[in-house]
Amino acid sequence: MMNNKIKSKAEIRAEKLLPGNQDFTTLTDDIAGVPEQKKTPIQWWLLFGLALSLLAIFAGSVGFLIWEGTGIWGINNPVFWGWAIINFVWWVGIGHAGTLISAILHLFRQNWRNAINRFAETMTLFAVICALVFPGIHVGRIWVAYWFLPIPNQMGMWPNMRSPLIWDFFAVFTYFTVSLLFWYTGLIPDLATLRDRAKTNLKRKIYGFFALGWRGGNRQWQHYELAYLVLAGISTPLVLSVHSVVSSDFATSVIPGWHTTIFPPYFVAGAIYSGFGMVMTLSIIARKVYNLGHIITLEHLDKMAQIMLLTGCMVGYAYSMEFFVAWYSGNAYESFAFVNRALGPYWWGYWAMIFCNVVVPQFFWFERYRRHIPFLFITSILVNIGMWFERFVIVVITLHRDFMPGAWAMYNPTIFDVSIYIGTFGLFFTGFLLFLRFLPMVSIAEAKLVLPESNPHHGHEE
Amino acid sequence: MNTYGVIARFNDPVELVHAAEKIRDAGFTDFDCHSPFPIHGMDDAMGLKRSKLGYVIGAMGLTGALFGFGLQTWIHSIEYPMNISGKPFFAYPAYAIITFELMVLFSAFGAVFGMMYFNSIPRFHHPVFYSDKFSRVTSDAFYVSIEISDPKYNEQEVKSFLDKIGGTDIEVLKDEN
Repeated sequence: MMNNKIKSKAEIRAEKLLPGNQDFTTLTDDIAGVPEQKKTPIQWWLLFGLALSLLAIFAGSVGFLIWEGTGIWGINNPVFWGWAIINFVWWVGIGHAGTLISAILHLFRQNWRNAINRFAETMTLFAVICALVFPGIHVGRIWVAYWFLPIPNQMGMWPNMRSPLIWDFFAVFTYFTVSLLFWYTGLIPDLATLRDRAKTNLKRKIYGFFALGWRGGNRQWQHYELAYLVLAGISTPLVLSVHSVVSSDFATSVIPGWHTTIFPPYFVAGAIYSGFGMVMTLSIIARKVYNLGHIITLEHLDKMAQIMLLTGCMVGYAYSMEFFVAWYSGNAYESFAFVNRALGPYWWGYWAMIFCNVVVPQFFWFERYRRHIPFLFITSILVNIGMWFERFVIVVITLHRDFMPGAWAMYNPTIFDVSIYIGTFGLFFTGFLLFLRFLPMVSIAEAKLVLPESNPHHGHEE
Repeated sequence: MNTYGVIARFNDPVELVHAAEKIRDAGFTDFDCHSPFPIHGMDDAMGLKRSKLGYVIGAMGLTGALFGFGLQTWIHSIEYPMNISGKPFFAYPAYAIITFELMVLFSAFGAVFGMMYFNSIPRFHHPVFYSDKFSRVTSDAFYVSIEISDPKYNEQEVKSFLDKIGGTDIEVLKDEN
């Protein structure tokens, strides 16, 4: 039996993650209260207006791109892959943290994730949508983009399944579909909560439709939990495969600087690093605007900072190992490619990457920086700037000087490279803000599982 | 006016699990325990068998993998054998990734739609929704429902039984006609 004064481990954990006197009722009220707000906060409207403006820029730029062709971009010979690929890899990478949080941390029973998983999964969905835009538009003739798919056609033509670009298409497409299914499955019980609390008939009907008639019976939970566990189980190798496959777009080529076996794990670590940066940025804003500091606590931010420290060190290791192998290989082209990264005309891109991805996360060794919100906010943005530069280094710096000096050239982006990239933020934030307004940003059912009283055996086992 | 069953409220997950054990031991089979979140140990307390969903997902995953590998083999060996940089037509190592991706994709569909099939959802009308108080079950309430289709169902006996095992707010589910 438990002594009143001695707290069980579960209770101590719960107090850190959900401080104060919180119970099932207050959790529901606090989380469901956000989408139920009568008056939308003014900050939301400001951000939404900004997001819509960026979305308009996006639509205009993409429209012009389809009309005019990829010549409006700064791509040239030899840099055939410019910002479109950089942005694609960057956005897919951001998505990875969402799946890591929802799937891998679920399998490891890290229940601190329950406060941020919905958030992160939604981020994944919209990030992958933004990513999918780029392969869609960079094919130039967007109206035949369906040629990616193995559809029987009158030309008797099939995609080359031995090409990494087709692997990539299948990987990202599968990733998006599975993320959507995972996200929606997690939402079903919460949609039922919103249905049961709805004040107007219209809201009750809309939430009720998507809640599929969920009634929280254990005969439903039984299959639901298994489905959720299996989705987490299959998403884990999936998420590791997606960025590995993205990296094989580069690694299976014969370009010095790309043709390396370290790429798959290095890309996955970088993806998780940048994704946690984005989750951090978004959750710091959302907990501030919606006063959810008692649900998304400093403890959560601290743990995310620790993962950023880990993955930041992993990419730092990969950067140094690339250099070591370039030297150790004795291959003149390989060595030159790396010296050119650090000391060539684009040296600033390389050192921006090193500063943001290797130097900045070292502060997270210290607890006071992991719990300093303004510092975390700034670093979380620096992380994503750094990861963008990493892809710039890989794509542009590698391509602009390869084997023959006669074929070297400099690469300059045009206004349309910039406007389409900036525009995808409009696409991302429009979706994300609509999610914040109409759906619970924290999983209501799962947040309750952090409370010790949700487990009928608590106090007996420990 | 038709009746469909009886519901009773319990205070917390511990009481709900004990109630489930007593209902199971009393021989009821068509009952359910409703809660805002899944409760650890409830499957045993209710005497439920293991979910068969795993077999569905496994079968779907295998189908996806076979389909993915078969599709690629068929395309490059039979339908459209095209020499691209001298790569072999049956380049099975290169097929691993799409085989894997389709296995995952099919398993995910199996998991979600299989879950819906076993749970009989979407189902927008259910007798428990006739109770107004029941709507708190998705927030902070814990309910037991015993349905009229249970062979041992007898309205008076079920009501007194639920009262005896500690249920409150006992309500008979009736439609409005």
